[in-house]
Amino acid sequence: MSKLVAFAAIQGGYKVVSAAEGELRNALESFDASSKIEFPNTGYYLPVIYSLTGMKVETLEDLKKPLEFARGLLPPHVKGKNHLPYLGPLLDAGMAAIFSYEILEALRILREPDFYLSQEDPDIEAGKIWVGPADDVILRKRGVEFVDGSAPGFAAIVGAAPNPEIAKMIVEDYQKKNLYIFCAASHNGTSVIEQLIEAGVQIGWNTRIVPFGPDISSAVFAVGFANRAAMAFGGVQPGDYRKMLMYNKERIFAFVNALGDIGTEWGTAAAGCVNWGFPTLADTDIPEILPTGICTYEHVVANVSHDEICQRSVEIRGLKVTVSEINIPCSFGPAFEGERVRGADLYCQMGGGKSQATELVKMAEMKDIEDAKVEVVGPDIGDVQQGGTLPLGIYVQVAGREMQTDFEPILERQIHHLINYIQGIMHIGQRDIAWIRVGKGALEKGFTLKDIGVVLHAKFHQDFGKILDKVQVTLYTNKDEVDNLTKRAKNEYKFRDERVEKMTDEDVETYYSCTLCQSFAPTHVCSVSPERTGLCGAYNWMDCKASFEINPTGPNQPIEKGECLDPKLGQWKGINEFVNKASRGAVTHYNLYSLIHDPMTTCGCCECIAAMLPACNGVMTVSRDYTGETPCGMKFTTLAGVMGGGASSPGFVGHSKFNITQGKFILGDGGLLRMVWMPKNLKEEIKERIMKRGADMGVPDLYDKIADETVGTTEEEILAFLQEKGHPAINMDSLVG
Amino acid sequence: MAEEKKLKVVKVAKAEKAPKVANAVEASIDKATQEMILRAQELGIETVFDRAVTMKPCNIGMQGTCCKNCAMGPCRLPLPKGGIEGEDTRKGLCGATANTIAARNFIRMVAGGAAAHSDHGRCVAEVFMSVARKESHDYQIKDPDKLLRIAPHFDVATTVEVDGEVKDRELDEIVLEVAEKALGEWGKAEGELYYLKRAPEALYEKWKKYGVLPRNIDREIVEIMHRTHMGVDQDYKNLIKQGTRAAIADGWGGSMLATDLQDVLFGKPYPIQSEANLGVMKEDHVNIIVHGHEPVLSEMIVAAVQSKEMVEYAKSKGAKGIQLSGICCTANEILQRHGIPPAATFLQQELAIITGACDAMVVDIQCIFQNLANVAKCFHTKLITTHPIAKMEQDNVIHIEFDEHHAMEDATRIVKMAIDNFGNRGAEVMIPRHKSSQVAGFGVESIEYHLGGTFRGTFYTLNDNIINGRIRGIAGVVGCNNARTRHNEAHIQVVKELIKNDVIVLTTGCNGIACAMEGLLTPEAAAVYCGPGLAEVCETVGIPPVLHLGSCVDNSRILLAATEVVKAGGLGKDISDLPAAGSAPEWMSEKAISIGHYFVSSGVYTIFGYMMPTSGAPVFHDYLSKELEKMYGGMWDLEPDPIKHAQKMIAHIDKKRVALGIDKARERVLMDMADRQALEA
Repeated sequence: MSKLVAFAAIQGGYKVVSAAEGELRNALESFDASSKIEFPNTGYYLPVIYSLTGMKVETLEDLKKPLEFARGLLPPHVKGKNHLPYLGPLLDAGMAAIFSYEILEALRILREPDFYLSQEDPDIEAGKIWVGPADDVILRKRGVEFVDGSAPGFAAIVGAAPNPEIAKMIVEDYQKKNLYIFCAASHNGTSVIEQLIEAGVQIGWNTRIVPFGPDISSAVFAVGFANRAAMAFGGVQPGDYRKMLMYNKERIFAFVNALGDIGTEWGTAAAGCVNWGFPTLADTDIPEILPTGICTYEHVVANVSHDEICQRSVEIRGLKVTVSEINIPCSFGPAFEGERVRGADLYCQMGGGKSQATELVKMAEMKDIEDAKVEVVGPDIGDVQQGGTLPLGIYVQVAGREMQTDFEPILERQIHHLINYIQGIMHIGQRDIAWIRVGKGALEKGFTLKDIGVVLHAKFHQDFGKILDKVQVTLYTNKDEVDNLTKRAKNEYKFRDERVEKMTDEDVETYYSCTLCQSFAPTHVCSVSPERTGLCGAYNWMDCKASFEINPTGPNQPIEKGECLDPKLGQWKGINEFVNKASRGAVTHYNLYSLIHDPMTTCGCCECIAAMLPACNGVMTVSRDYTGETPCGMKFTTLAGVMGGGASSPGFVGHSKFNITQGKFILGDGGLLRMVWMPKNLKEEIKERIMKRGADMGVPDLYDKIADETVGTTEEEILAFLQEKGHPAINMDSLVG
Repeated sequence: MAEEKKLKVVKVAKAEKAPKVANAVEASIDKATQEMILRAQELGIETVFDRAVTMKPCNIGMQGTCCKNCAMGPCRLPLPKGGIEGEDTRKGLCGATANTIAARNFIRMVAGGAAAHSDHGRCVAEVFMSVARKESHDYQIKDPDKLLRIAPHFDVATTVEVDGEVKDRELDEIVLEVAEKALGEWGKAEGELYYLKRAPEALYEKWKKYGVLPRNIDREIVEIMHRTHMGVDQDYKNLIKQGTRAAIADGWGGSMLATDLQDVLFGKPYPIQSEANLGVMKEDHVNIIVHGHEPVLSEMIVAAVQSKEMVEYAKSKGAKGIQLSGICCTANEILQRHGIPPAATFLQQELAIITGACDAMVVDIQCIFQNLANVAKCFHTKLITTHPIAKMEQDNVIHIEFDEHHAMEDATRIVKMAIDNFGNRGAEVMIPRHKSSQVAGFGVESIEYHLGGTFRGTFYTLNDNIINGRIRGIAGVVGCNNARTRHNEAHIQVVKELIKNDVIVLTTGCNGIACAMEGLLTPEAAAVYCGPGLAEVCETVGIPPVLHLGSCVDNSRILLAATEVVKAGGLGKDISDLPAAGSAPEWMSEKAISIGHYFVSSGVYTIFGYMMPTSGAPVFHDYLSKELEKMYGGMWDLEPDPIKHAQKMIAHIDKKRVALGIDKARERVLMDMADRQALEA
C-alpha cells in the first residue's frame, strides 16, 4: 500500500515542480529578473529553502537555483513490478514539492502583493480572510509560546470538514489542547476557515486558528514558521538541514490533518512534511504507513473519525496535553486568550469605564478562609439585561505555609489571562482598571460570575500548588462593596509599587538566572536583578524569586552576586562564574549595565534591542512591534538575527520595554540620557515613565528630545534634530572612547 | 601418459556398465539446475554433482586433524567414534596434539582466505594507483564522493587552507595520497591498519586489549605460515590469536579496501533491477559469461559489450546482440553496478557451458573449476583465462593476459573472440527457461539514503523498527555452494525461515545469487514470505526482505552497515550488542573460514551449515565458540539442519534483544510540558 502513496506523491512532486517552473517562466516574462522576492516583514529569505539549503532568495532570478535543486531531487517514477525502493525517493519528492510550493507562494506575493493580509487577525468584513506568512512580530511573539511550552505544537489542517459544525468541533478540541491550528487548502469548494467563519468561530493568531491561505501551497507557511522558530530560538544554522529537521522532529509537536480527498498534490506535501517528522492523519480511506522511523510513531494514518482525530493526532505525534478540566460550562484554555468579544456579540460588561471593576489578591491566615469557597455577593449576570453593566470586585484570598505577601502581585497578575482563557469572555487591563466583557455565546452555555471564581481557584492550585493550600474567591457586584474593595486595593497597589520601584540592585545580594528559553537558545543566560528585568519583559526580579520558591529546581536559580568587579558597568564575580558554567564556557563574563563593553547575551525573545549610534554619540532602541527601518541601518528582525545566537555583541543589547526607565538601564554608558531614538509607539507607550526618569536624571524634557521615525531613520537626519533640541547625549563623553 | 589414457578408458568403460551419476532432484532444489544436470547426463558429460556421488571426502581431513606440515607425516589423529574419555593422548610424531594440528590447519585456511581477498584488493589498489599516476586511460575516478568519504580514514586531507580560507583540495592530490597510503596497507613497516578505527570504539578497544590489531595485511598472512611451520607455535590459543589478527586484516583490511577502491573506480552501487539464473542466457545472442571475482576486467568487458561497435559486429555475425552475464562474485560486482544478470551460482558453472550457448567464458581468479576446461572441450565454448596467477593446464584453454594499462584493448579482443565464436555453435543449444527478477545494488550509502532520503537518510530508521519489534534482528547470510549439500537448499531454507520470523537478511556472494534465483530479492517477496512486521517495513521502504550487498569482499559492507547501526544509536555500543547473527549455510572455500572468523572477531554470532574442520579436536572446537565469545562477543557455531540453523540465529537475536531491554513491546512515550522543557539543548 505504501507503494501507492509513493507512486502518487512522486507524481505529485513532478506536477508541483513543473507548476513552479511554469510560474517562474511566466514571472520572468512579465517582471524584471531583479524584482524583489520576499515574504514581507520576515527575516530568513524564503525560510524553508534558506533553512534547509542555505540558498538566499532575494530576487526573481534567485528562484532559479532552488527550483533547479528541487527538480534534481525528483526521483524516477515507481514502476509496477520489481520496483526499486521508494521511501527515500518519496521523501525527496515531497521536499521538492515543498520547495516549489514556497516558490509558488513567493511568486503569488510578487504578482499580488495584497493577496495576504499580513497581520494577526483577518479582516473578514473586507473579505481578507487569508493572512499568509507570519511576519517576524508574530513569529517572535508566538515563538515564545513554543519556547515556554504553552503551545506544544500545531495541527496543520488542510481541506474542509464535511460541515461547519464538525470543523468547529475539531478546531475547538485543538484549542482546548493549546495547539495552534494552521489552515490551508480547500475541499469541495470550501475550507475549514470558511466553515469556521460560517460557524461564528473567531479566527486569527489570537485564537490560534491561523488562516494561512486558500491553496495547498499555503501550507508551506506552517513548515516555514517552524523552521524560522528553529533558527530564531534554536540557534539552528541555515543549511544544516539535518539538524533543522531533527529539531522539528524532537521539539515541535506538529502534524497534518487532511480533511477530504487526497490528490497527488496533497500527497506530495504530506510526504514532504514527513521529513520534519510531522505525520498525516486523514479522514479518508488512503493507504496507511504505520512503521516508525522518520516520524516518531506512525507516518500516515487513515480513516480517522472526526470525533477521534484530535486525540489520535496528538497520540500519534507522541504528545501529551494536559487539558485543565475545570468545572465550568465554557471551554477553557490559552487558545481562547486572544479571542475578542465584539459589540455585536456582547451581552454585558463590567469595568472599562462603564462601571468600576477591581481585582485584589491578598494573603490570609490558614484558619480564616475556606478552600474552594466561591461566593457572589450581589446580582449575577443573569440578573442583568442585555447590554447592561455591573460593577465588579474580584477578591481572592490565598493561604499556605509557603505563601508570602511578595507573591500577591504575581498571583494577581494571573487573573488577566486566566479569565481570558474562558471561551466567550474577554478580559482587559488589571488592578482597578479591569474590564470584563461577557459574550452572548458564553451566557447561552450557562456562564455565571461564579465561574470566574471556579477558574481562579482551580488554576491557582494547579499552577501554584507549591506555595498555597487554600484559595477563597469573593465576587462583589454591589456598588458599595466594590467601592470599598477598590479603596482598599488602591492602598495595596501603592504600597507594592513603592516597594518594587524603590528596590535597587544594591539592596539585594542575590540575583536570579533565567534559563527558561535555554531549550531553544542553548547558550543564553539571563541575569535578572531588581533594576534589570528579564529581556523578554515577562520576568522581573520578584517574579524570578517567586518562581524559584515555587519550583526550586526550575529555570530561575538564585545567583549570589559575590564580589563586585566593576560597579559602573555592573560586573560581579558570582554572576560571571554562573554565566560561564550555565553557558558551558561559551560566555565567561558580562556587564549588566553596558551595551558597549561586554554586554549581556541576547536570546531570540527580547522585547527590544538597543544599538549604538556613534555619530550621535548615543544609543537607539527598537521594539519588536516596529517593522520599519531604524537609524542603525537594521530592522528589528535583522538585529535579532544578528544578536539572537546567545553571544555577547558589543554595541548591542537586548532588553525589555520596562527596563528602559529602570535606574540601571545602560547606566555604565550614561543611562537613559544616551537614548536618542525610539519608535514613536514605544515612546508613547512609556511616556510617563520616560518623563519621570528624565526628571530624576536632571533632564525633565528628555521625552521631547528623543527622536523617532517621524524625525528620521538615519543618523544624519536625527543628528540635526538632536542638536536643535539640545539632547544631553551630544555633550556627553564620547561613547566609544 | 599412455598409461594414464588407458586407465581413463577403462574407467569410462566401467562407468558405461553402471554409470553412477547424481540424482538431479537430490542434487539441487533449483529447476534450471536439475534440468541441466539431466542434460549433462544425457550428453554423457560429467559434472561436479556426479563427482560428489563417486568421491567421498576424507574423514580425517574433515575433522581437521591430519597434519602434513612436515615430511614425518602426514600424521592422522582421528577422533574415535565414541569420543575420548579422560586424557586425550593423541599425538603426531613431533608430539603435536589434536588441538595444535586443528588450530594450525584452521588458521592456514584463514591465511588462504585472507590472502585471496587481500590479493584481489591489492590488484584493485594497483589499478587505483595507475589511475592516480595517470598511467591508465581506460579507468578513472567514477565516484569522487566515495573518495572523499574514505580519504579521512587514511588521514588524507580533503581541504586545504589558502590564505586563511578553507578550500576543497585538488582531487588528483587526494587520489594519489589515498593510493599511496592504501597500497602501503599491504606492507608498511610500522603502525596498524588505518581502517581499524572505523570499527565501533568498543570493538577496537577489545582488539587492542587482546593484541590482535593487524600491522599490515601481508605480514599477518606470512606470520601464519611461519607459526604453523613444523615446530613453531604449538598452543592453539596463541595460534587462533594470529588467525584472528589475519582475519581482521582481511575483513577490515584487504576486503574493505577492495570494496572501497572498487566503489571509487567503478561507482558505489545503487538499487538496480535485474534477473538471475541460467535462463538469462539468450539463444539468439552472443553469450559471454564472466566468472571469478575481480571487477577490474569485467568492468571493461561491460563497457566493450555495450559499445556500438561490438554490438554491430555481433549483428554482422548473425546474432541479435550480446548477452553478458556472470557467475560467482564477478557476477555480483557487475550486477551491483550495472544490473548485468548473474547466470549461475558457483555450482552451476559447468552447466552454463553445457547449455551449448556460451560463446566465451572469461575467468579471472577464485572458485573456477578446472573441469570447466573438460566441459568446454565438448562444446564450441572458448574458455579464456586472463590472470597471470590463474592459468589451467588443459590445452583448449586460451590465456589472454589482462593488463590494466591496455584494459579496453584487451576487453575488446576478448569480446570479439566471443562474437567470432558465435557461428561455431553446434545444434545442441538448451537454455533452461528459468530465471527470476531481482532488485540488487545495496550498499551502506544506498541503504542509508533509502531509509530516509537526501535529508533524513539514516540507519536510525532501521534501528527504530528493530527497537519497536517490527524487525526482530539482522542476519548476514552469505557464502558459497558446496556439492556435499543439496544445491541452494540450505541457503533458501535458512533465509526463508529468518524472514518468516521478521529477521531482515543482508546477503552477499552465492547466497545472493541463490536468493535472486528463488525470487527472494524482489520487493514482492516481502508480502509472501515475511512475518507481518518485516513485511510492513519492506512495504514502507519499498525494499526486498533480503538485501544484496555484493560479492564476497563486500562482506566488508556488512561490517560497515553493522557499525552504522551501532552508531545510529539505541542498540548498544558494539557490534556484539546488536540483535544480529551471521551464517554461511553452504560454505566450501577457505575464504568462508576467513570471513567467518572476522565476523566472530567483530562480535557476530556466526553459524555454518556444513561441517567445521575442527571437530576432531574438541577442546579447540569449544574454544572457538565459548572462549571467543567471552573475548569478542562473537562465536562460531555449526548446524547442518537449515531450520534449526535459522532458529539458533533467532535464539541468539532474541538473547541480544533481552540484553538490550527491547524484548517487550515498546511503550508509546507521550511528551508532556515538563518532558518537552527537559529536552537537552
